[in-house]
Amino acid sequence: MTNAIEVEGLGKRYRLGEGLASGTLRDAVSDGVARALRRGGRSRDEAADVWALRDVDLAVPQGASLGIVGRNGAGKSTLLKVLARITEPTVGVSRTRGAVGSLLEVGTGFHPELTGRENVFLNAAVLGMPRAVVAARLDDIVDFSGIGRFLDTPVKRYSSGMYLRLAFAVAAHVDADVLLVDEVLAVGDAEFQRRCLGRMEDLGRSGRTVVFISHNLDAVLRLCSTALWLDGGRVRGVGRTADVVDDYLREATPDAGRRSFAEDPDSPVSLLGIDVREADGGSAGRLRREEPFVVEVDLGVRERVPGLDLAVSVETLNGVRLLDEALSDTAQSGPGPLAGPGRHRVSLTLPPLLMPGEYLVNVWAGTTYETLVWEHGAARLRLEGSHQARPDRLLAAQGVWTVTAAAPR
Amino acid sequence: MSPSAWVENRPTAGRRALDWREVWRYRELVAFLALRDIRVRYKQAAFGMLWALAQPLAGLLVFTLVFDRLAGVPSDGVPYPLFVLVGMTFWTLFSGGLSAATASLVANSSLVTKVYFPRVAAPLASVLPRLVDLSVTLVLLALLLAVTGTLPGPQVLLLPLVVLWAVGLAFGVGLTLATVQVRFRDAHHALTLMVQLWLYASPVAYPSSLVPAEWRWAYALNPVAGLLDSARWVLLDTRPPAAPVLVSLAVTGLLLVLGVRVFAAGERRFADVI
Repeated sequence: MTNAIEVEGLGKRYRLGEGLASGTLRDAVSDGVARALRRGGRSRDEAADVWALRDVDLAVPQGASLGIVGRNGAGKSTLLKVLARITEPTVGVSRTRGAVGSLLEVGTGFHPELTGRENVFLNAAVLGMPRAVVAARLDDIVDFSGIGRFLDTPVKRYSSGMYLRLAFAVAAHVDADVLLVDEVLAVGDAEFQRRCLGRMEDLGRSGRTVVFISHNLDAVLRLCSTALWLDGGRVRGVGRTADVVDDYLREATPDAGRRSFAEDPDSPVSLLGIDVREADGGSAGRLRREEPFVVEVDLGVRERVPGLDLAVSVETLNGVRLLDEALSDTAQSGPGPLAGPGRHRVSLTLPPLLMPGEYLVNVWAGTTYETLVWEHGAARLRLEGSHQARPDRLLAAQGVWTVTAAAPR
Repeated sequence: MSPSAWVENRPTAGRRALDWREVWRYRELVAFLALRDIRVRYKQAAFGMLWALAQPLAGLLVFTLVFDRLAGVPSDGVPYPLFVLVGMTFWTLFSGGLSAATASLVANSSLVTKVYFPRVAAPLASVLPRLVDLSVTLVLLALLLAVTGTLPGPQVLLLPLVVLWAVGLAFGVGLTLATVQVRFRDAHHALTLMVQLWLYASPVAYPSSLVPAEWRWAYALNPVAGLLDSARWVLLDTRPPAAPVLVSLAVTGLLLVLGVRVFAAGERRFADVI
């Protein structure tokens, strides 16, 4: 199979301070003078250099779809910009075969004063589509966007949703052999995102080569057969998407799920440690949304506290409490084993209710009358996986559905 | 371009040239960018295109009052208002095109950083809308000529060449300044000052015949001098431009070559520093 993209020994160096666009002539003159005064004149401060990409090698076969994952600043966008020839590499070479369409942002070149129709043509020209092709596809584009009768209204009167839909509709109809897509799916409502993903799947099936950057690993898994993991400008992994994404997640999620605490000398009860992990004992710190997980709390009790109870609550990062489970809920009446002195390990297993995302796990211990331990954010919980195209919900209850033939009522 | 051809992106070694064939392939983009600028400029403006007349007419009024009525500056044997209107028309074409070309990259910075296109399309597209302004002013000028009975000679057929000269000069200087402005926003302030001084250094409100004969050659180093002398000869049938006009033409050529060189050298780094 022939390649559509080849990259060899690619490196891109930025000098710090450059690209901040704040450069004034005065700075340049004073820098120049300072450099001239230094011995050798040309000796540059190496520390001011940042390699956004280093030693990147890559080959993408025609018709393949490659997902690029990595943290912010890992060099993902820089790689796309080099592939698109927006910027030049410092060393190495990148090659592309055929027409390249770069969708690094939606609505590049859109002007608020122009009408929807005018912007469609302008934006399409920017993306390299001939006017005749756009004219032939205008109906499709308008249908896809759902703009309808607002086509001849200046886009400054559009809602931001309409604006984005029109912009994406144009992008989705770009006909290029190689498509470079950067996080454009992060816009629009869930329904629109679903259509965009579908459109990209179509493109992939029709033999286009697609390179796709997204923080939405779900989308990467769905769209891309292979994936590339960039870390600090270097390639950390490349191969089957599922493997690369797995490796990336394992590393990207810090082990904040396990913490130890010092004993509190002033309290009869102290939180000593917490561990959040998958119920089947999977690797700590990396939790899959669809697996039950266990919160394990180590509690030190120095003297007997009658009626001692323990509660674990889970809340979102913006403070919405989703769960609050107490040991007493399961109601073993009488003095439980927790009340006696010693070091106790209490574990709570929770079903897979929560959607992917980050949560705080809080620990409370005390009696009906007083709070003895309150550790807000004792652990951080990060769930990975698919939100199944419904990113707005917080819980998935896995309710039971049945469908049967119904007689008329 | 055959679909199987590799397009390479590698570090530039040595000097670069602009790929004009590629610019031609992107001609639709140039046209759409120019069209956008025209539409945007006159949208929601009650007087629309009439604003194109504002600057030449304001110059006409002020200069007629000051240079003609107060100072009694000669005007090469044509009515002073006509003399200054031609001067202002071509000066506006040049200075407007220059300002637009200088600002073109920064004004289109989202394009420069998000898509690939031959960068020279931006300054190229930005000078084109000036031709719309020019044609509006030329209509007014034609009316005035008809009213005053001043008829241009057969050399009026050279008008497109004079227009091309003005646009080429604006484009050439604009290429250099646009490259500078990508890196240093100072270029904008410097340009404002430069245009202001340049106006008085050029024979807009006074004839170049006021310059002492032994200085004519030096004066023609300002390419606008030769440009305006030619424009007046073409439209008002004044004395044909003398030999120093060649100096103006040569300087224009040099500025154009310099602009293309500077632009080509800076082009590949625009997206990094803009």
